[in-house]
Amino acid sequence: MTETTHRPAGQQLLGLTVNGERREVLAESRRTLVDVLRHDLGLTGTHVGCEHGICGACTVLVDGAPARACLMFAAQAEGCEIRTVEALGEGPDGRELGDLQQAFTEHHALQCGFCTPGFLMLAEGLLSERPDATKEEIREVVAANLCRCTGYQTIVEAVDACAARRRAATPTPSEEDSCS
Amino acid sequence: MKPAPFTYHRARDIDDATRLLSRLTDDGGDPRVLAGGQSLVAMMNYRLARPGHLIDIGRLTTLRGLRTGEDGALHIGALTTHHAVETAPDAVLAPGFTVLRDAMRWVGHLPIRTRGTVGGSLAHADATAEWCLLAVLLDAVIVAQGPAGVRHIEAGDFFHGHYTTALGPDELLTEVVFPRPAPRAALTEFAPRHGDFATVSAAVDLDVAGDGHTVRGGRVALGGVAATPVRVPAAEAVLARGGTAGPELASAVARAAAGAVDPPADAEYRRGLARTLVERAVRQAVAR
Ligand SMILES: Cc1cc2nc3c(=O)[nH]c(=O)nc-3n(C[C@H](O)[C@H](O)[C@H](O)COP(=O)(O)OP(=O)(O)OC[C@H]3O[C@@H](n4cnc5c(N)ncnc54)[C@H](O)[C@@H]3O)c2cc1C
Ligand code: FES
Ligand code: FES
Repeated sequence: MTETTHRPAGQQLLGLTVNGERREVLAESRRTLVDVLRHDLGLTGTHVGCEHGICGACTVLVDGAPARACLMFAAQAEGCEIRTVEALGEGPDGRELGDLQQAFTEHHALQCGFCTPGFLMLAEGLLSERPDATKEEIREVVAANLCRCTGYQTIVEAVDACAARRRAATPTPSEEDSCS
Repeated sequence: MKPAPFTYHRARDIDDATRLLSRLTDDGGDPRVLAGGQSLVAMMNYRLARPGHLIDIGRLTTLRGLRTGEDGALHIGALTTHHAVETAPDAVLAPGFTVLRDAMRWVGHLPIRTRGTVGGSLAHADATAEWCLLAVLLDAVIVAQGPAGVRHIEAGDFFHGHYTTALGPDELLTEVVFPRPAPRAALTEFAPRHGDFATVSAAVDLDVAGDGHTVRGGRVALGGVAATPVRVPAAEAVLARGGTAGPELASAVARAAAGAVDPPADAEYRRGLARTLVERAVRQAVAR
């Protein structure tokens, strides 16, 4: 995947931090973050749909905040912490579902699953900034992404359930600072 | 689609950015400033924009943040994100400017607001962008820096038409200044889906007497009825005549606003929206 067969002008060496690992890629400056993740780093968990910010399939966390990976050039992500859906797994080899993913499964918050990585990262970003988010707030935030299968109700319920479970597990609610 | 090739530059500081901009402009290199990318990258992905060079100002942290001047004016750095304004505590965003914070929920969605910037919105100059409407309503001053130095541009002179502004090709928008608090201001809008750009947006800023219910004057601005956001003098004249804050005043102002605008498309529909939204905005401003 990462073999470079030709080097058109404008290629640059980029150092990215993805899911806690330092990665280097040689890419044209026009390469978006989502394309680097998928094509150069083989992290195909992040999906790509519309490429203009509407669908949210490409949502990842940039310094903890949800962002559209199709509306960022990879070069802009140098020096930032990028987290993708691959980071949500748990267990020794990361192959077990994390609590948010578990909640999505339990609540049938996915059908075809195309939108799911985007919704997971959106919800992960929301809950880390606002662990006490109400169901209404969750509903408003998930409207950022498109799902053509579920009708959203189950997604809202899954995020709400995961939030409630996390709150129960942390008795002292802490106000987390958002990344500026 | 994928963007056309370009050369990427990362600006080290403001001078570096303006020097690069002016050199590449002079050389015919068609440079563009890249801030949050939430409009520009989308346009490049569509190849509606094909700049030869991008000057990424994302690392210029001095352009980020809110500051209240000694005269009470609010200075917002160009790179401040919509989300930073949305979550700014009172200590940073004085209570007199709450209208700015409250307006942010209308700007796209959370993942757009975490990256999109105030300066980018103003420079992009969409006719219904919330920041453009707020700037026109509240007489904001836009600060630009270029090879010839610093310019202060009144919002009323800044927007020239769809996506065109008074900014020169070699100028960087560095800051927007909201000169005075607007404790009785409100912005509201209509879009077919929440998070989309508005079809019509309305904002008002009332001057209310100390008794809390006598209106002495105010301003009214509309987006989506012309190529730029506009003030509506006919509606402001109704406010200037004064009166008790209440439903009658709200609907009189709204009628005057709707009668005064001449939207280039869907005129009847947009006039109807203008009327409903101005009335709503006046009520919200009164209730503050
Ligand atoms: C799905 C979606 C929905 C959206 N909905 C809304 C909405 O409802 N309301 C709204 O207002 N916006 C909306 N936006 C746009 C968003 O607000 C953008 O953040 C904003 O329009 C541009 O800011 P930016 O920082 O992303 O600028 P960029 O995209 O980086 O740049 C935009 C333009 O401004 C120029 N520019 C940027 N910064 C400067 C500067 N400091 N000096 C000189 N020139 C500069 C660039 O060269 C470019 O021409 C939406 C975007 C998306 C993708
Ligand atoms: S692919 Fe990025 S928002 Fe659709
Ligand atoms: S599960 Fe199919 S698009 Fe959301």
